[in-house]
Amino acid sequence: MAETPDNSRESAERRDFDVVEASSALKTWFVREVLPLEAVLMQYLQHSCRDHAEAADLRQEVYIRVYEASKKQIPHPARPFVFTVARNLLINRVRRERIVAIESVVDLDALDVAIDEPGPERATIARDELRRLQLAIDRLPPRCREAVVLGRIEGLSGQEIAQRMGISEPTVSKHLATGMYALANILYGEKSEKKK
Amino acid sequence: MSAEDMAALAATDTDKQAADWLQRRHFWAWREEDQKALEGWLEQSPAHEIAYWRLEAAWKDTQRMAALQRPVPRRSAAQLWPRFAAIAVCAAIAIIVAVGWPSFFEHPETHLVVTGLGERKTITLADGSKVELNTNSTLRIVANADGRKAWLDRGEAFFDIVHDSRHPFVVMVGNRRITDLGTKFLVRRDHDKLSVALVEGSARFDAPDGSVMSPVFLKPGDVLQDKGHAIIATRKTSVELKDDLGWRRGLLVFKHATLADAAAEFNRYNANKVVIADAQTARITIGGTFQSNNVSVFADAVRDLLGLRVQVRKDETVISR
Repeated sequence: MAETPDNSRESAERRDFDVVEASSALKTWFVREVLPLEAVLMQYLQHSCRDHAEAADLRQEVYIRVYEASKKQIPHPARPFVFTVARNLLINRVRRERIVAIESVVDLDALDVAIDEPGPERATIARDELRRLQLAIDRLPPRCREAVVLGRIEGLSGQEIAQRMGISEPTVSKHLATGMYALANILYGEKSEKKK
Repeated sequence: MSAEDMAALAATDTDKQAADWLQRRHFWAWREEDQKALEGWLEQSPAHEIAYWRLEAAWKDTQRMAALQRPVPRRSAAQLWPRFAAIAVCAAIAIIVAVGWPSFFEHPETHLVVTGLGERKTITLADGSKVELNTNSTLRIVANADGRKAWLDRGEAFFDIVHDSRHPFVVMVGNRRITDLGTKFLVRRDHDKLSVALVEGSARFDAPDGSVMSPVFLKPGDVLQDKGHAIIATRKTSVELKDDLGWRRGLLVFKHATLADAAAEFNRYNANKVVIADAQTARITIGGTFQSNNVSVFADAVRDLLGLRVQVRKDETVISR
C-alpha cells in the first residue's frame, strides 16, 4: 500500500476524459458573429425580393455560402464578409433574372455605406431583451403563442401542453415548430428599435 | 395580419424541418435513435446544419430572456410584463380546469424521504421501480398518472427504474435533469458537484433551463461529473461501478483512494469524523473494503498496516504520522 503514485492508471483515466460540451469553432463563430447581422441582412435582401418567402430563401443561400467559405478559414471581421457574399449573390441573381428591375442594383450600392458601420442591434438586444421577447411572443398566432408560453415559460413537456390545451400531440408539435422559426425571424431578422 | 407578422412566419422548408427537429428534441421523449436520426439529417447538407444552429440559438435566447422574468419582479420588471401576466393567469386557469384544483398546488402526493447519518432506505413504487437512498440524503418523489418525477435535494440515490415510455422517470438535481430511458443509475450530489453513473440501460442528461448546451446520452459505464461550469464524461468498468454501489450493501470500497478521500467517504456515514492531521498523510493512497459504519476497523487497519498514529476522541478520529 503506502505511497505509490500509480501513473499507468492516471494516464489511462486522462485518455478517457472527454469534454462533452465542445461545439465547433465554426458554429460558435456563426452564432456569435453572423446571426446578429441578420436584421441588416434581411433589410438588404428585401430590397430586391418580391415577397418574404423569397427573402427567406435568399437568407438561407447567403448563410450556406458563408458557411462553405468559412470552413477553411473563419473570416474576421464577419460583417464585410457576409455582405460581400450577399451582394455577389444579388448581383448574380440580377444578371440571371432579367425581370429584376435595375433599381435593385442601384439600391445595392446605396446600401453599401450602411453595411460597414457597426450596427446598433446587438446593444439594443441586450438593453431590452425582455421587452423584445414579450413583443415577439405577442406576435405569434394565438394558439401557437399559448403552446410556446406553456413550453418555454412554464416549462411543460409536449405531452403536458397537449393535455392543458386539449389538442393532439402532433398539433402541439406544429405550434411549437412554428413558434420556434417565427421567434428566430423576429429576434434575428428584424431591427429591434422598430417602432410599431 | 400585418406585413411584419407575415415576414415573421416566412420560412424555407429547411427552416420548418429544423424547427420540427428542435421542438422534438426539447419537448418530447428523445432516444438515442432520435439523436442519431437528427445527426444524420444535419449531415445531409450545410443548409440543414445552419438552419438548426440558427433556430437553436434563437430558442436559447428566448430562454435567457425568459429567465429574466424569474427573479422577484421589481417594479420596472412588473411594468414590462402585463401581457405576460395575463397569459400566465389564463394558463393557470386552463391548468385548474384541465386537471382539477387540488393537484395544481404542489403535488399533494409528493413523498418526502429523508435518511440520517449512516441510514439507508429503499422506496418501492407501485410500478416496481426502486429507489435506494444512501446516508444523509433527501429525496422528494411523485408518481401519478401524469408521470414519475424525483428531486434529489441532497445526498446519493440509486435508481432502478421500470421503463415506461409514456411516463419517463425524471430525476431533478438542482437545475439538472436526468431522464430514464429504461435504466439503473446512480446519482450523487455533494454541495455543487453532481455525479451521474449509468449502470444499465440508457438515460438522458440535460437541464430544462438550457444551461447544459446539448443533452448528453448516457450508456452503461458512463459517468458524468457536473461541477456547474464544466461537465466531464468518463467511463468506468462494471467492476468499478459495483464498487461505487458498495454502499447498498453497507460497504465502502476503495481502490487507490487517498486517505483524504477515504476520510471524506467515512464522514458521510458517521457522526464520529475521521480527521487527517497533515497534508502528507492525506496523500497516502489505500485500497480495501470496509463497513461504512465502522470507523474503528478502518482506523485499526490504518494504524497496523500503514504505521500511522490514531487518536480516538469523542466525536473524531485523528490520523497522523
